[in-house]
Amino acid sequence: MTRYERIDRKFKQVGTRPARPDGVDKVTGRAMYGADLTAPGMLWAKVLRSPHAHARIRSIDTSAAEALEGVKAVVTGADFSLPEDEALRDVSVNCMARDKVLYDGHAVAAVAAVSPAVAKAALKLVKVDYEVLPHVIDVDEAMRPGAPVVQEGRSYENVPGGMSANVTSHCEFGHGDLDAGFARADLVVERSFRTAATHQGYIEPHACLAAVTTDGRADLWCCTQGHFMVRETCAALLGLDSSQLRVTASEIGGGFGGKTTVFVEPVALALSRKTGRPVKAVMSREEVFRATGPTVHASIDVKIGMTRSGRITAGEAHLRYSGGAFPCATVDMGAQAAFAAYDLDAVRTFGWNAMTNRPKEAPYRAPGAPQAIYAVESVVDELCKELGLDPLDVRIANAARKGTRSAYGPTFDEIGLLATLEAAKAHPHYTAPLGPNEGRGLSCGFWFNFGGNTCVTMNLALDGTVAITEGNPDIGGSRASISLMAAEELGIPYEKVRTIVADTASIGHSDVTDGSRVTFSVGLATIEAARDAKRKMCERVARLWGIDPEAVEWRDGAVHPAGSNAGRFAPMTIAEIAAASPNTGGPIAGHHEVNADGAGVSFGVHLVDVKVDPDTGSTTVLRYTVFQDAGRAVHPSYVEGQMQGGAVQGIGWALNEEYIYGADGRLQNPGFLDYRVPVASDLPEIDTVILEIPNPGHPYGVRGVGETPIVPPLAAIANAVSRAAGVRLTELPMSPPRVLKAILARG
Amino acid sequence: MVKVRIWGSLRTATGGEAEVEVEAATFKELLDRLAEEYPGLKPQIERGVSLALDGVIYREAWFTPIREDSEVVLMPYMAGG
Amino acid sequence: MKTIPVSATVNGDAVEFLCAPDETLLDTLRDRLGLTGAKEGCGSGDCGACSVMLDGRVVCACLVLAAEAEGAEISTVEGLAQGERLHPLQRHFIDEAALQCGVCTPGILVAAKALLDRNPDPTDEEVRYWLAGNLCRCTGYDKIIRAVKSAAAEMRGDAR
Repeated sequence: MTRYERIDRKFKQVGTRPARPDGVDKVTGRAMYGADLTAPGMLWAKVLRSPHAHARIRSIDTSAAEALEGVKAVVTGADFSLPEDEALRDVSVNCMARDKVLYDGHAVAAVAAVSPAVAKAALKLVKVDYEVLPHVIDVDEAMRPGAPVVQEGRSYENVPGGMSANVTSHCEFGHGDLDAGFARADLVVERSFRTAATHQGYIEPHACLAAVTTDGRADLWCCTQGHFMVRETCAALLGLDSSQLRVTASEIGGGFGGKTTVFVEPVALALSRKTGRPVKAVMSREEVFRATGPTVHASIDVKIGMTRSGRITAGEAHLRYSGGAFPCATVDMGAQAAFAAYDLDAVRTFGWNAMTNRPKEAPYRAPGAPQAIYAVESVVDELCKELGLDPLDVRIANAARKGTRSAYGPTFDEIGLLATLEAAKAHPHYTAPLGPNEGRGLSCGFWFNFGGNTCVTMNLALDGTVAITEGNPDIGGSRASISLMAAEELGIPYEKVRTIVADTASIGHSDVTDGSRVTFSVGLATIEAARDAKRKMCERVARLWGIDPEAVEWRDGAVHPAGSNAGRFAPMTIAEIAAASPNTGGPIAGHHEVNADGAGVSFGVHLVDVKVDPDTGSTTVLRYTVFQDAGRAVHPSYVEGQMQGGAVQGIGWALNEEYIYGADGRLQNPGFLDYRVPVASDLPEIDTVILEIPNPGHPYGVRGVGETPIVPPLAAIANAVSRAAGVRLTELPMSPPRVLKAILARG
Repeated sequence: MVKVRIWGSLRTATGGEAEVEVEAATFKELLDRLAEEYPGLKPQIERGVSLALDGVIYREAWFTPIREDSEVVLMPYMAGG
Repeated sequence: MKTIPVSATVNGDAVEFLCAPDETLLDTLRDRLGLTGAKEGCGSGDCGACSVMLDGRVVCACLVLAAEAEGAEISTVEGLAQGERLHPLQRHFIDEAALQCGVCTPGILVAAKALLDRNPDPTDEEVRYWLAGNLCRCTGYDKIIRAVKSAAAEMRGDAR
């Protein structure tokens, strides 16, 4: 990682709020999303899905479906390869079942037909002979000896013998002497918590258009957070070389982590290959809920000891997560994030993952962290209440800071937690008066953030305007931020820069848009590519002037002689240099290809006031403020957007959203009516306070911000509701029936 | 020699030690040495690990130099959303 | 399957199409008329991403049969701008970052315009309740409400 010198420069364009380049397309309906593209001769795909939570497939008879007029091909598990790589193999099995169906909605077969109506009719003609097996839906049930086993032989070496075969992994983090720590405490609180599975809830269902030709070349249009990931995965599942498959990322209607893997894309490709025609596959909302990737559901025990003066002496957490019917490593991240905000001498977290007959988990913003931090911050709040201590003062007294040995191992460098806590304390929200049945809650939040494989090419058009090509789908307005950083670095107007997300054939491998990494790593690569281009332009001009390249410098969009000794030359602007580029050596471009490291962690604090109706258990959010360290806010409107959007997803998770299963193991609420996400009338304004503690790993100090905002709301709301209702809630969501039950039990 | 902190559930492979010492000057050398000297670590290393060097997380950069006095913490390979 | 001939007006233009009896207006707009601005987010009228105007009312196009559009006047997001000139709502949405992924934006713009046509000076609460049928997962609604209010102010000719 390059360590950049602390930048105290005055930015001219970074930090402003220009219009985003895709804005007009999106407000006029011109923007093309996954389901918006058509091709001549196109067929429509539909997928047959298991109605059972767990069953052996004795046989599949597709003959009647194939014989239906208008049906051009049918595929089943046999049409996909089973790669050696365990993770890819799981994706393959998840896209299309093999010998067993593992959850309600698991794909069993797919058809391609001349219209959606014919495809639907064909599904009814596919005969699947199931042997229904006992199922298990709950993580604690799944860990009991004798529980129905979802898959055999999937336990890693770190799982002790004698446990249910559903337990796939175990992890443990922390340091110090827990017993001594608890002995020093004046009060120890132990609580157990449960969180339901939730879904990212992106408004756009998965959709793609696949076209495979008889010579084995393929084109795929799809909505995705990572078209290179789609290429590598689909190539592996279909036995293609990566270079044979060109994937174009459409505009994407939300992802939040749920579109960092594939579901229908390999299916559409397989159907297209069989038919020799383009195939369009669009998931219905019900399919999205049943068969894409919700979060884990979790069962968590937390024990924390505190002195009378508010110092935490020991923290312990046991986290049992289930990522559905496949092994899942999300509990590792939850176990590491749980106590990350605290400076502790004694801390231990223990994590387990167990399989259940539920869909395969996909990341949702900061995977694993919201659940763990919900549990920890709830116990901290309870300790504060019992000891009569101010919750913010306690966080400040125990906050991790530079030099703290984190609960997950590394020692922190410069971090923004104290600054966000102090900003919260100074904010009028913290001292605003509360009325009857109202309560205030707060929580810290944390996420690691990543760098990753990133490629940027900056091409100089002959008129001196700049085209930036990069490989990361824009899920939050990143094209605007990238253009801003390029414009800043070159000293040219934002309007002279155009950033596009290129297809997999046109730019180098880029990791998925996730991990809050795009503004950080694509930004870093853009700045380095601009520096590369500037160096080349300086060399060209120096040569023209017949002087040493060290004797020129770049300033405000032009090359200038560096100092009076260099000679008297009129500066050459970027437009002039570009116009002369054919004569001075050819077209000019800057490149940067890197696996970026040095992404800085991002801390946040959320404050929320709620009112709980004691007669119905219904909660109204009255006021919400998000404090977060962005390192450097390149386009503040989009940083605010991440903070507000993540907070509201967290509000939904805390109050209403959950996967509800029946005794038959089937999902009962696969639609937006009964899977209740927040609507505009549920919410107040979401106020935002952006802090900037620059990240030394980025040339402008950028920290990723996208994921951290979903972490604090769960505990902040739980703490607020618990205080408003006068009783501690320990299960999410805190829907009205649950809150009412707790109030009535409290008496 | 570089000191490497090992997370709790991996310590069964290091005889219970929370910190081990290996001879390594880069990320890759470190992982290769750990796998050689503590074969119980091999499955996890193959599944994927990251290194935190002086507080900065490196996900997979083999040539990352490691100094003798660096703080090195082994971490699971991270994923985001 | 017998198809049904339908004549209607869409964004001011006379259109004629054939549709299946069980085809939705949303499918017709997207797959026959090339108007992909309206999106299918749920197919059950719960998300509002397919909101269009039908004879002066905001409707979910996924809940309207295409055949019901006979003789109707339909407006979609594609009809908001006048040539190069964006509607104030569209401009304010861009300027105030009231969209992130943008997939809910067409439905919200259609619904918001319907509100301002009826009530040129809505309160925050009135905007929020009017838009309660339009789900947004990216923005948390905050900037959307602000953009609708400021577009309304501009349309009223207010300085504020």
